[in-house]
Amino acid sequence: MSAAAATAAASYSLVRQPAMETGLLEVSMGPHHPSTHGVFRMDVRLDGETVVALKPVFGYLHRNHEKLAEGMSYLASMPFTDRLDYFNSMTNNWAYALAAEQLLPIEVPERAQYLRVIMAELTRLVNHTSLVGFFLNDLGALGTPLLYAFRERERILDLFEQASGARMMCNYFRFGGLRCDVPEGWLARARAVVDAFPRFLDEFEKLLCENEIVLARTQRVGVLSGAQAVNAGITGPMLRASGVNYDLRKVDRYGIYERFAFRVPLGSAGDCYDRFMIRLLEMRESLKILDAALRDIPTGPVMGNAPRVFKPAASETYGRVESPKGELGFYLIADGTTKPYRYRVRPPSFINLTVLEDLCVGHTIADAVVILGSVDIVLGEVDR
Amino acid sequence: MSTPAWHEPVLQQFPAVRWDGAARALIVPPELARAVAEWLTQPDHGAWDFCSNVTGVDYLPREVKEKSKRPDGTEEIVVRTEPGSLQVVYHLYSVAQRSGPLVLKQVVPRQAPAAVSLTPVWRSCELQEREVYDLFGVSFEGHPDLRRILMWDEFTGHPMRKDYAEPQDYEWEPTPHGDVLEKHRRGKVIIA
Amino acid sequence: MRLLGFGILKGMAVTLENFVRSYFDRDRRHHLFTKEYAWEPGAPAEVLPARADTTVTAHSRNFPILLHDGADPMGGIRCVACQICERECPPQCIYIEKDYDEQGKYIKRPAIFDIDLSVCMSCQICVEVCPFDAIVMDSQFELSTANRFGGLLQHRDQLLKSNEYYHRIHPEEARARDDRMAQEKAEKEAKQAAADAAKKKAAEAKAAAEIAAEKSKPEPSAPTAGGAA
Repeated sequence: MSAAAATAAASYSLVRQPAMETGLLEVSMGPHHPSTHGVFRMDVRLDGETVVALKPVFGYLHRNHEKLAEGMSYLASMPFTDRLDYFNSMTNNWAYALAAEQLLPIEVPERAQYLRVIMAELTRLVNHTSLVGFFLNDLGALGTPLLYAFRERERILDLFEQASGARMMCNYFRFGGLRCDVPEGWLARARAVVDAFPRFLDEFEKLLCENEIVLARTQRVGVLSGAQAVNAGITGPMLRASGVNYDLRKVDRYGIYERFAFRVPLGSAGDCYDRFMIRLLEMRESLKILDAALRDIPTGPVMGNAPRVFKPAASETYGRVESPKGELGFYLIADGTTKPYRYRVRPPSFINLTVLEDLCVGHTIADAVVILGSVDIVLGEVDR
Repeated sequence: MSTPAWHEPVLQQFPAVRWDGAARALIVPPELARAVAEWLTQPDHGAWDFCSNVTGVDYLPREVKEKSKRPDGTEEIVVRTEPGSLQVVYHLYSVAQRSGPLVLKQVVPRQAPAAVSLTPVWRSCELQEREVYDLFGVSFEGHPDLRRILMWDEFTGHPMRKDYAEPQDYEWEPTPHGDVLEKHRRGKVIIA
Repeated sequence: MRLLGFGILKGMAVTLENFVRSYFDRDRRHHLFTKEYAWEPGAPAEVLPARADTTVTAHSRNFPILLHDGADPMGGIRCVACQICERECPPQCIYIEKDYDEQGKYIKRPAIFDIDLSVCMSCQICVEVCPFDAIVMDSQFELSTANRFGGLLQHRDQLLKSNEYYHRIHPEEARARDDRMAQEKAEKEAKQAAADAAKKKAAEAKAAAEIAAEKSKPEPSAPTAGGAA
């Protein structure tokens, strides 16, 4: 058992009152639970309200996506990638397209590169607003901040619908570019959304960042050190909230991210409050990228010279992108046929849950909900 | 663009480790895996502090036809069986030095596959090795909590294996394509 | 020294501001009211909503339909039952059988074209791979039925919709598709015309060459040099 748990167990024995026969309570939080962000179960052992042990149980949304992909052509898996992290279908698509383009290099035209970045950053906005909204929902601010966030998300989903035909399951990326160009007027509408966004962020910050309840419930709760995070394979905003400067857009420089000037916000304490604030700051950085991309996007085709049948030579590759939840990677093994031999999704939410027990032990059960909210999981990705 | 030769110091330090040029991966014998992993995490050996992805791959035994020369000079085609294997693939990155990926593979036989867990070295392997155990059947020696993760505990079989046969009737439900519709057509079942 | 609770009060001020502004601010009001569904249950599927403020837009996609040109569905059906969409469909929701005439020869249309809507995920890959622009996406979702077995299995005649309908639901996309089809047809005809012209020219040249060869061939009966013409 980790050090935190041992301390908690020791303090348990100090708290115990001999006259009252207290014992540990085992609670199964989930899979039907409003705060577990999907069909997720945590077997929590409680001493009163303090968490003594926590075991996450996975698999309620397991669809064996990886095996299905072995029986389908490469393109046919693309709509299924939408359904992994169902909030961020565009970045899932990009991760898969990136990995496939490493297997069979196809030149992606300039306009497609810009549109990919625009879609990815809009997805980041969608994800972070939803996350912040849900996080505050879990804290008890039932509904209001969530729906303010969703109001902004709706605008972006309208943009996605106009570009790809569907709000969430976009299926927009293809190997070598995008399925189709955005309709006329889309860039102007996207510009309007991006210009109106900072006002929402300001409002959100005013609403919540100095709120004493939020501060009391999220500061010093679920502290994760940088070294612990790197060793546990944590990626994304959770890693950066612990102070580790590792953003794949800066490290791998995939796509055309090196053309955009943006900063990587870092947290100092690694607690829930930092994870919450990081997402707000990242949204501001995304707006900078969007601003530049919408300004500089050229005209031209959106699809490169892709072969009619996608049939890469026998090789293997690992391609990863900075999805809003963390490092989303695809490990593909091609065997020279039209179907992949091995198709593996490296799910950020799943691996970010490695440290869930360590973060929660010693805190109250209410904090467990807050900590889980700050990890930002989507069960489609956790279970695939 | 040339890929850096991060693997060469490993080959020098551990002669039993092979380099697979086609897959660009280090094939590590399971008994050496822990030592290699610990060696790799040190700062002057690359500071490979971040294990990003752990997964399994199943290779069934397959027949390989090869041409070979008989003693009298004529050619013949020899058919040999390449043994199958289960491979556990680790993708390593260095956050400190911003490098990667370095690929490690533990190759184990398909009958009684036993690999060594690298969870004590990189905690990110914990859940992912459990998934390899669950879906491929590879057991990991030294893993703190080896049990099924995505399938339910009483499940038998390892779904991601290439020779996995789905059971006929687990969670069966009549659908428009099922036998129930066929029976309905023949008048044997009334659909309310 | 800040008053404890000030942060909460600031938050409440924001909420109050939002509440009040929702009555005046057009920006806020846009997403305030519930949007009506496009189709009401029971209304004929071909009737499009008159209301502009619906959830379904000209870009939405939901479930495929087969296109036909002209008024007669089977007369103008574009699908030739090549079965490419059946093969490429990721969840395998399409079932096609080719149509044959009395002699057993394959006629270019489907006898059976079934789509199981309970399986279809509207990914639009069938539309992308169809070489004949025969299948496109509709935007209808009010298709729930009480029949659990087969109610969501749509057959060829239910799937057939006219090109005019397509223009009504997805005007931009339909126009672009028609333009592209017209361009491809024009290119094909031009190519065919060029090929025909070239063939004709080659035939003429060959005929001329034969005549010239006939003329310059020496007379078989000429006994001496410089024989009679």
